[in-house]
Amino acid sequence: MEFLLNFWNGLPEWSQIGIVNLAKIVAIVLPLMLCVAYLTYAERKIISYMQVRIGPNRVGPRGWLQPIADAVKLMFKEIILPANANKFLFIGAPILAIAPSLVAWAVIPFTDTLWLTNIDAGLLFILALTSMGVYGIIIAGWASNSKYAFLGGLRSAAQIVAYEIAMGFALVGVLMAAGSLNLREIVHAQAGGLHQWYWLPLFPLFLVYFISGVAETNRSPFDVAEGESEIVAGFHVEYSGMPFAVFFLAEYANMIMISALTAVMFLGGWLPPFEVEPFTWVPPLVWFLLKVSFLLFCFLWFRATFPRYRYDQIMRLGWKVLIPVTLVWIVVIGVAMFLTPWGYLFH
Amino acid sequence: MNALTRWINSFLLIELLKGLVLTGRHLFARKITVQYPEERTPMSPRFRGKHALRRYQNGEERCIACKLCEAVCPALAITIESEERADGTRRTTRYDIDMTKCIFCGFCEEACPVDSIVETHDIDYHGERRGDLYYTKDRLLATGDKHETQIAAMKAADAKYR
Repeated sequence: MEFLLNFWNGLPEWSQIGIVNLAKIVAIVLPLMLCVAYLTYAERKIISYMQVRIGPNRVGPRGWLQPIADAVKLMFKEIILPANANKFLFIGAPILAIAPSLVAWAVIPFTDTLWLTNIDAGLLFILALTSMGVYGIIIAGWASNSKYAFLGGLRSAAQIVAYEIAMGFALVGVLMAAGSLNLREIVHAQAGGLHQWYWLPLFPLFLVYFISGVAETNRSPFDVAEGESEIVAGFHVEYSGMPFAVFFLAEYANMIMISALTAVMFLGGWLPPFEVEPFTWVPPLVWFLLKVSFLLFCFLWFRATFPRYRYDQIMRLGWKVLIPVTLVWIVVIGVAMFLTPWGYLFH
Repeated sequence: MNALTRWINSFLLIELLKGLVLTGRHLFARKITVQYPEERTPMSPRFRGKHALRRYQNGEERCIACKLCEAVCPALAITIESEERADGTRRTTRYDIDMTKCIFCGFCEEACPVDSIVETHDIDYHGERRGDLYYTKDRLLATGDKHETQIAAMKAADAKYR
C-alpha cells in the first residue's frame, strides 16, 4: 500500500491526470457496453411481449445469457472482405460509426458531480459528434462496393441532413431557454420539479428532438438505411462477424446516447420530479438512469408499433413538418421570454 | 372539415398514440407461445405424420397388396411388389415409401380397403444419411407396432365421420 502510494506520488502530474481520466473512461465505456448488450436482450423481450410471444428464454435462466451467446457467436464468425471492396475504408467504417457514439459520453453529466468533462460548449460538442456517426454509414455503403449497401448509404446521408437540421433547431430552443451551452447548467436551469423541466415549455421541440433522434440512430420507423425488406440490410449487407457487431454496438450506443441527451435537455437530467421528501431520497444517478430507461423503452415501443416510413414520406416529415414546427416554436419562445409574464419558465 | 380532422389527427400524433396504446396493451396480454419440445399443440385424429403399416390383433399384417395406394399416390412415392404366399393369400414382398417424395396428402390411407397403411401422429423423425428417409416394409411395420394403440384410438375417434 505504502509502496503504491509512493509510486503514485512519484509520477508527474500530467500522467496522474491521464491515468485518472483513463480510469474514468473505462468506468463509463464498460458499463455502457454491458448496457448495449442487455438493451438488445430487452429489445427482443419487449418486442416479443408486444407481439404476444415470449422471446428468447433458452440461454441461461429466462434467457439472461442470450446477449453473451450472441456476442461470442459474432466474435468467432469469419470476417468476410468482399473482393472489390476498399479494404481500408471497409474496416475503418465501423470504427468511424462507433467512435462518436462513445466520445459523446465525455460531456454527459450523469449527476451534478459525476461527469468526465464539463466543457462550456457541451451542446456544440454533442451536435458535432452526433453528426459524425453518419460518416461510418456512408463510408460503409461506399466501401462495400455493393449496390444495396450503396443505396443504404445514400439514403442515410440524405436522411441525416434533413433530421440534423430539425435536431439542431430543437436544441436552439433549449439553449435559448437555459441560456447556456453547458449541459450541467442546462440541467440546473430546470431545477424545481416536473413542471420546470423543459419538456413542458418546449413540448414541440421535445417531440421533434426525440423523433429526429430516432431518425438519427436509424431506428424503426426511420430505418430506411437498413431497409430490411427493400435493400436487404442496407449499408451493412457485406459485413459479417466483428465489424458487423461493431455497427450493431454503434447503433445501440447511439440509442442510449440520444436517450441520455433527451433526459438531460428535456427531462431534467438527474433531478427528481418533485423536490419533496420521498423523491429526494432516491440518488440522482437513479433518477437519471430511470429517465434514460424510459426513453429507451420508447425506442423499442416505436419499433414494435410503427411500420417503416416510405422514403419520400421521411423527407416530407423532416423538411415540411419538423423544421417548420421548430422554427415556429423558437419564435414563440423568443416572444414569450421577452414580452409575456411566462418568461419565468425559461430560467 | 374532414381534411381538417385528418390533419389534426396526424399532426398531434393522435393516430400514432392510438397505435402505441394498442401495442402497450399487448405488452401485458397473456402470451400464446407454445414452447415446442416441452409443450405441443393438440392434433386432429386425421393428422398426417409418419407412415405405418398395421397388423391385425393376431399378428397378421393387414396389407393385401391391392396396390390401390401405389396407384393413387400423386407423388409416386410408394413401390409395391407382391407374391402368393404358401397359404394361398396374396402379400407384399416389398412395400417402400420414399419419404423424400411423399407429400403427406393422405390419399394412400384413404384408398386402403383394409386400413393397413396409415399416417401416425409421429412427427419427430429425421434422416442423417442418404436413404434414411426411404422407409421399407420392415420399418413401416415397426412404426405400426410402436404406435398401434394411438392409431387405433384415432381411427375410432374418426370412425363416425367415415
